[in-house]
Amino acid sequence: MTDPALAVDVALRRGAFTLEAAFAAGPGLTALFGRSGSGKTTLIDLIAGLARPDRGRIAAGGHVLVDTASRRFLPPHRRRVGVVFQDARLFPHLSVAQNLAYGRVFARLPHDPAEFAAVIGMLGIEALLARQPAGLSGGERQRVAIGRALLAKPRLLLMDEPLAALDEARKAEILPYIERLRDEAGVPIVYVSHSVAEVARLADTLVVLDGGRVAATGPAETLLRRADLIPLHGEPGALLDMVVEGTDAATGLTRLTGQAGPLLVPDLAKPPGARLRVRIPARDVLVATLPPQGLSARNALPGRVAGLVPAGTGVLVEIDCHGAILLARLTEAAVRDLALAPGREVVAIVKSAAFDPAGFGTGRPTIAI
Amino acid sequence: MSLGLGPEEWQAVLLSLQVATLATLASLPLGLGVAWLLARRRFPGRALLDGLVHLPLILPPVVTGYLLLLAFGRKGVFGAPLAELGIVFAFRWTGAALACAVMGFPLMVRAMRLSLEAVDTRLEDAAGTLGASPLMVFLTVTLPLSLPGCLAGAVLAFAKAMGEFGATITFVSNIPGQTQTLPSAIYTLTQVPGGEGPALRLTLVSVALSITALLVSEALAARAGRRLGAG
Repeated sequence: MTDPALAVDVALRRGAFTLEAAFAAGPGLTALFGRSGSGKTTLIDLIAGLARPDRGRIAAGGHVLVDTASRRFLPPHRRRVGVVFQDARLFPHLSVAQNLAYGRVFARLPHDPAEFAAVIGMLGIEALLARQPAGLSGGERQRVAIGRALLAKPRLLLMDEPLAALDEARKAEILPYIERLRDEAGVPIVYVSHSVAEVARLADTLVVLDGGRVAATGPAETLLRRADLIPLHGEPGALLDMVVEGTDAATGLTRLTGQAGPLLVPDLAKPPGARLRVRIPARDVLVATLPPQGLSARNALPGRVAGLVPAGTGVLVEIDCHGAILLARLTEAAVRDLALAPGREVVAIVKSAAFDPAGFGTGRPTIAI
Repeated sequence: MSLGLGPEEWQAVLLSLQVATLATLASLPLGLGVAWLLARRRFPGRALLDGLVHLPLILPPVVTGYLLLLAFGRKGVFGAPLAELGIVFAFRWTGAALACAVMGFPLMVRAMRLSLEAVDTRLEDAAGTLGASPLMVFLTVTLPLSLPGCLAGAVLAFAKAMGEFGATITFVSNIPGQTQTLPSAIYTLTQVPGGEGPALRLTLVSVALSITALLVSEALAARAGRRLGAG
């Protein structure tokens, strides 16, 4: 068995706050997800070496970064753990090109023009090289910061809420770059966020933190459906991997296909064949026991009730559509009236307009650890 | 071009420049080190070090000069062993430089410490995660970002050295051509009949040098502010 990209088992006490967390992260993108104050940033500091745990051990790909039992503590500059901070932290006295070269110089790596070109091409920062950080927009700074961390060839890349300081337009600008990073760079990523939209779009694996403890860990699409985690991630929903079939110029609707069945969504401006990950919140799904007629909603997916989970004031209905699980939030009265029970054949109805473009990401087979 | 100065007056001006240059250059590394310690490290005795650095600012200069004489005189605690090595401070121009360095040290450390404290430690953390050792972080991030402020501190110390009188005259006396600096020369000229003219000329030189130093220091500080504000 190979070593996980990251194995953490630490405890730290700071005043009234206690962090006690153990988890492992595989290749791909692992999201540390939780509210502010849940210990996400403290964990990032511990992994990067900017803080010391009271007790515990952290290893990355078999390299021990800290182990209190053997009194081992690797200082940050010898860990080869890259960090992209929320506030890009570019060096103001250096140009963009010098910022990008900074890590490579200290990692004693030879200059590799092909690698450099690949990274700045992936991040779309070719035109910024001669500029000073002060003249960059927030989104540009964050892309340069990602490039700077990546060019130091880290064995692990930490991203601490890299989008939190940006407005919605800038977030939408950067998310595709982070997806490419995840899919092309081949570096395991630990991504801190409190945004369900970001996590649903990016994460392969989810580590849910609550009050300094790991509340749940597992594949993202499983955890985001779980009703017992609602207080932590808000509305649960299904994550579906879909492929673009085509866009109808007349209706302006894009047709997606996937395991669950075909879906019509507002024009995504994506070419046919593009892979997408779609999140459908449970509150946007209706349930019918008969194929609907005279209905404005575009998407009706036949399936079978797989389970009923009480969730607060209502019930989450799990609907198995050809093996993909959709979630619908109904009231208890509706469940009674429709006589919903596991095995019952139903139709899940999703409004096309319910799709939020921010909820789309480039999908790929999810990696479970 | 003699500016109307006689050879002895020129000698005093040049000696003062020589003394101030040595005093500033010699105290630069130590000043930077102490400023960094005070700005970035918490250790036992930190308050004591801080007080010690500031002491020459508070003590009467004559007292500082006398303490230097006790410590670095030919029979002093440090002076005696140093004299055996052939290093003598008392009544030499190097002694004037030592007195000026001690008197200018608080000004230098203060300016450097403020500009080091203004550098965002989060940038230093970021540099560390990119593989830079603490020394390289200091050389490539902390120092460049605080450089104008640190230079301003050095200019202040230089200006202070150009004008230092009390500690210098107590420690190394007032020997023309050896330890008679610009202020000492002015003082001597005001004590003799007919010295008013030369004294006034040297005073103008002194004022011009001081104002130049102040302007350079202000310009450097403004540049430091711009650079840090740009981040």
